[in-house]
Amino acid sequence: MEATAEKAEEKKYVDAGIQKGLDALTPEKVEKAINRVFRAETGARLKAYEEICVRCGLCADGCHYYLSHEGDPAYAPVGKVKQTLWKLLKKRGRITPEELERVALVAYTECNLCRRCAMYCPLGIDTAYIITVVRRLCHLLGITPRYIQDTAHSHSVTMNQMWVKEDEWIDSLLWQEEEAREEIPTLRIPLDKEGADIMYSVIAPEPKFQPQLIYYAAVILNECGMDWTMPSMPGWDNSDMAMFTGDVELMGRLKRSHFERAQKLRVKRVVMGECGHAFRAVYDVGNRWLGWRDFPVEVVHAIDFYWQMLQEGRLKVKKKFERPVTLHDPCNIVRGRGLHEKARDLVRAFCSNFTEMHPNREHNYCCCAGGGVINCGPPYKKVRVEGNSIKADQLKATGAEVVIAPCHNCHSGLKDIIEAYDVGMELSFFSEIIYECMEKPNAVEG
Amino acid sequence: MHQVYGFVVGPLAWIAFAVFVLGSIWKMYTMYRSAKTRDGQVLAYWNLKYALRSIIHWSVPFWPVNSRRHPFMTIVSFTFHICLVLVPVFLLAHVMLWDYYHGFRFWSLPEGAADVMTFLVILACLVFAVRRILLREVRYVTSAMDWAVLAIVFLPFLTGFLAYHQIGPYRVMIILHILFGEIMLAAIPFTRLSHMLLSPFSRGYIGSEFGGVRKAKDW
Ligand code: SF4
Ligand code: SF4
Repeated sequence: MEATAEKAEEKKYVDAGIQKGLDALTPEKVEKAINRVFRAETGARLKAYEEICVRCGLCADGCHYYLSHEGDPAYAPVGKVKQTLWKLLKKRGRITPEELERVALVAYTECNLCRRCAMYCPLGIDTAYIITVVRRLCHLLGITPRYIQDTAHSHSVTMNQMWVKEDEWIDSLLWQEEEAREEIPTLRIPLDKEGADIMYSVIAPEPKFQPQLIYYAAVILNECGMDWTMPSMPGWDNSDMAMFTGDVELMGRLKRSHFERAQKLRVKRVVMGECGHAFRAVYDVGNRWLGWRDFPVEVVHAIDFYWQMLQEGRLKVKKKFERPVTLHDPCNIVRGRGLHEKARDLVRAFCSNFTEMHPNREHNYCCCAGGGVINCGPPYKKVRVEGNSIKADQLKATGAEVVIAPCHNCHSGLKDIIEAYDVGMELSFFSEIIYECMEKPNAVEG
Repeated sequence: MHQVYGFVVGPLAWIAFAVFVLGSIWKMYTMYRSAKTRDGQVLAYWNLKYALRSIIHWSVPFWPVNSRRHPFMTIVSFTFHICLVLVPVFLLAHVMLWDYYHGFRFWSLPEGAADVMTFLVILACLVFAVRRILLREVRYVTSAMDWAVLAIVFLPFLTGFLAYHQIGPYRVMIILHILFGEIMLAAIPFTRLSHMLLSPFSRGYIGSEFGGVRKAKDW
């Protein structure tokens, strides 16, 4: 009765990534890693959070997993801390492999690091931070789910998340340029243009699965008259799964490569596509690891960029998007970076029929895909879909036909939820709607 | 009996205060040192403006969203914390002790008010206990330590209340009351009660992160 999640953990799927790691562990190794993480790598915050949490359970309502599981305490933020941090601190090297497996599963698949619960704890305890530390430990122990570890391997080998080879990357850009030139003959996707104002960076799934997003961005950048470029060399991918596996060293390499690419191109700023976690990696996590309080080169999220273009009158609305829309506030750019009002300005400018979902802005429910959870792969799809029935209810209540989700993770996560719960909505990025509704002075009418 | 009384109001009181004061200084110092040497982000991103913004919002009942979701708990919790601090410091009998032993007087609560407030603390403790038993999300994370801490807070108020109303053997009650009060004081830096010292900083830090870095509200 107490913890159905814990009990329901009958062996359904053996994650090879976690299992292999567990097989190689000894109590001494575990003890050593625990000491390293909890004594050497962390300090005041973790200590204080562990000590002052009064076990009041008030953070429970902060978490969509908890709200979606009818109050199963194992899904409350503090319940997850109990199953991970407290257990590790209590048992140390004596923790059993089964318990460690549970630690890894909670940390990687039952928390999106969305930080909503931090807004619900009266003491301001940041459970997402605690879970991040637990993931760090799991990384050191080598018990990371296989799928997400594979993306980290890809990062490490290719400096992008999807094993995209250099020629494939360049090909994708040239291909999109060619396509777009049929519509706008003067359009270019300038590669490696030194001294351009803007470097545009994307996440690797764009060239791999959604190259049309590069097309839309290119059209917007061109038609706004920007002096911009995209790098042909590593550093073009701004995504960062290492940040979520706990591999902070690799995360540092990735962020450095992204920043250094921009510096080598001597651009004034980086504009990045509609992605949430990649933005978090740049403004909040990776930069800190590299010792930057903010960042060495200004990085602007697509929403902010479109908003600026709108303000400056470079981006003009030709027609309104008529279908009823609602807006999903992605954690990493709203609760993480306060872009919610700018996003609403864009919606109002381009859409004639907008309904808010509730709760919204900082209090919006996470998509349940973020924090690397979706990257843990198909074996855990059920965990995140069942863990977010509340999102389906929230979406349905808007009655909208299209949900704008300016984040890749959110997109994929919401898609699964919309399908699983028969919500019957379409998903859209801002760039798709803007592309459809903007004035394109250089386009040939077709 | 007289000697025991003399001991608890004399040397033991000194010891309890010393443990509380020195323990608190030690706690704050070790936390600061830990932040400085191993958790540099805390100091780097600390931002007084946003720390205060967060503290102020969370100090007003029903301002944060979550306090509106739990109106009963909000009322109980605010009442509890306010009374918990005011009663021990400003109770007439305590003020008179300060006067008697150290020769200085300060404002004290009207006796009737202090009595009601003591009763409210007792009631609140019972509410917390019932929550720990009945609410799944609280029961799931409750350990013996949480009960111990609740008892540490509950007992001085209960015995103080009984002594004031002369229920039970007065002299035993008053000695127990003093003893439990001293235990509570000494326990502050070394148990979960240390949130009394650290919560302005945990709140302030998350406020700094939300305001300074994330440009978002945290309430
Ligand atoms: S998923 Fe979000 S709300 Fe739930 S525990 Fe993790 S950070 Fe907190
Ligand atoms: S709300 Fe805060 S103090 Fe209460 S149980 Fe959750 S994390 Fe602990």
